[in-house]
Amino acid sequence: MVKQVPDTANISGQVMKADGTVNRAKLPAIFNPEDKVALELALQVKDRFGGKVTVITMGPPKATDILRECLYMGADEAALISDRKFAGADTLATSFVLSEAIKKIGKFDLIFSGRQAIDGDTAQVGPQTAEKLQVAQVTYAEEIVSAKGDKITIRRKVDEGYEILEATLPVLITVIKEAGEPRPFKAKRVMAYKNARSLLELEKMADSNSLLSVDRLKEDYLSKALFISTYTLDELNIDPGRCGLAGSPTKVHKVASVKLGGGEHESIEPTKDGLRSLIGKLAADHIFG
Amino acid sequence: MKNKSNDVWVFVEQRNGTPAEVSFELLSKGHKLAATLKSNLVAVVLGHGMRELATKTFQYGTDEVLLVDHPKLENYRTAPYSDIMNELVSERQPRIILFGATFIGRDLAPRVASYTLSGLTADCTDLQISDVVYQRRDYKDLLLQIRPAFGGNIIATIITPDVHVQMATVREGVMEQAVISPKGKGRIVEIPYEPKPVHELVKIIEHHREESGVNLKNASIIVAGGYGMGSKANFKLIHQLAQTLGGDVAGSRAAVDAGFVPPQRQVGQTGMTVRPKLYIAVGISGAIQHRAGMQDSQKIIAINNDPEAPIFDICHYGIKGDALEVIPMFIDAYKNELK
Repeated sequence: MVKQVPDTANISGQVMKADGTVNRAKLPAIFNPEDKVALELALQVKDRFGGKVTVITMGPPKATDILRECLYMGADEAALISDRKFAGADTLATSFVLSEAIKKIGKFDLIFSGRQAIDGDTAQVGPQTAEKLQVAQVTYAEEIVSAKGDKITIRRKVDEGYEILEATLPVLITVIKEAGEPRPFKAKRVMAYKNARSLLELEKMADSNSLLSVDRLKEDYLSKALFISTYTLDELNIDPGRCGLAGSPTKVHKVASVKLGGGEHESIEPTKDGLRSLIGKLAADHIFG
Repeated sequence: MKNKSNDVWVFVEQRNGTPAEVSFELLSKGHKLAATLKSNLVAVVLGHGMRELATKTFQYGTDEVLLVDHPKLENYRTAPYSDIMNELVSERQPRIILFGATFIGRDLAPRVASYTLSGLTADCTDLQISDVVYQRRDYKDLLLQIRPAFGGNIIATIITPDVHVQMATVREGVMEQAVISPKGKGRIVEIPYEPKPVHELVKIIEHHREESGVNLKNASIIVAGGYGMGSKANFKLIHQLAQTLGGDVAGSRAAVDAGFVPPQRQVGQTGMTVRPKLYIAVGISGAIQHRAGMQDSQKIIAINNDPEAPIFDICHYGIKGDALEVIPMFIDAYKNELK
């Protein structure tokens, strides 16, 4: 499970709106860093123990960008989960849609995701999805120690140190950035998959050119193995009341920009006398001892 | 639908039998929230041999403890703990549940929210009860879940107007701990635990504890240095001043990143939240993220050679000057005045 996120680490003045809120549209969209590490771990498991890696993301059509990046890194398959009705989802609604899509895609042994996304830092979607799928979870994973049969041994960070867990498959694992360095794109794979398209991207192509039809395009891309499967609300056949804004119990009530204080303070001269008087004041306030 | 309650719950976290400080902080906050709602504060304690801890929570104003005590619950594991919490919450329908934003709290709370379809807000920096008008509807006594978002650039107030159970996690050090009555009493309700095979799918093979040995939270004087100190050699002055005053050393994130001070001593949104009697910020510009971790200190002294540094907006005493000159003078003045 991966997510495309606004690059909150690089917020500049231009992306702040007059009312102090953030204009998400102006922020560059990037591959959530810990999700990329999660994919790296999944690929390592595949390299060491075999298997097939499928990547899913929920997001607007533009999120297909990071699915292509996953294919460049070595993912076997990618699926976009996208519908206007999924927009505005909090973590609960997101985990509902993701879990339904996972059930639709089929059987799995391991699900990897980043611990948290940099736009919210909640670290909730992983565990919430695991709960909905009724599978075990291991959060804060920093290393896959070994895997054998239906068991996987994982080292995870905890509040005061680390612990090593043995989990029976299937299990959902959330990964911290210390777990590894994502591998670079493979040039061959970039050439192979740079033209891979999701259904929503093909629809857009068809819209802008009356000579093209979506069905023909889809057939064409499928035949070239460049079609990224797409799951909409209808395809998943789920209750719209549990998706997107409608399915989100948490609502943003108010947003305020962080204002610089402008508070009053007493100026102390950087001299012997200045500091002596300061220490006198602090002593009088019983600050020392 | 089960009978809904107006109670405030706090998940009391323990590691190897030692309670997490954040749990007492949350009980203290929970006590105030419950008072506003005119309801009960309930501590939920899971573990083994936890009766003493259960009793201790009464000091913080707990009215009732839900105690689930069993050898298999000695160490936190997701499956049994979340299963127990899911059942308890579904059955008893509290109005508010608070968890520490710790590794355990952040592992457990989302599972409970997912199962019970509750709203959950992570890393709140403030919690209040208020009537709210949301989309032209009146809601009484909602929990305002206030948290920084977008890397500290905005402060968002989150509400969960249409679901009964409102859940939030809070980082350690954010809320203040207050003993209500040292001899406080309440009732302990023991809940039986039934082990299930599905709880044993994940086993702890090894548990490795690393003591950081740093406890800035209880320091009454903190001397913190920033990137403006320039070098690790200059940072020694921070140590000297701290030693003279009998205080502890801390640093901003930039100072940690530059290797001047270890990460356990980082103060700020991604580090510790502290509120000492005296906080001396030296060579720290005072970005929002740093201020979030220290702005409630009783007295703040800022030493900075940039007169425009935002730290001067929140300090009580500002010294505009070169730290390398001011600190030695400070040390001398202290020794002369208070010898």
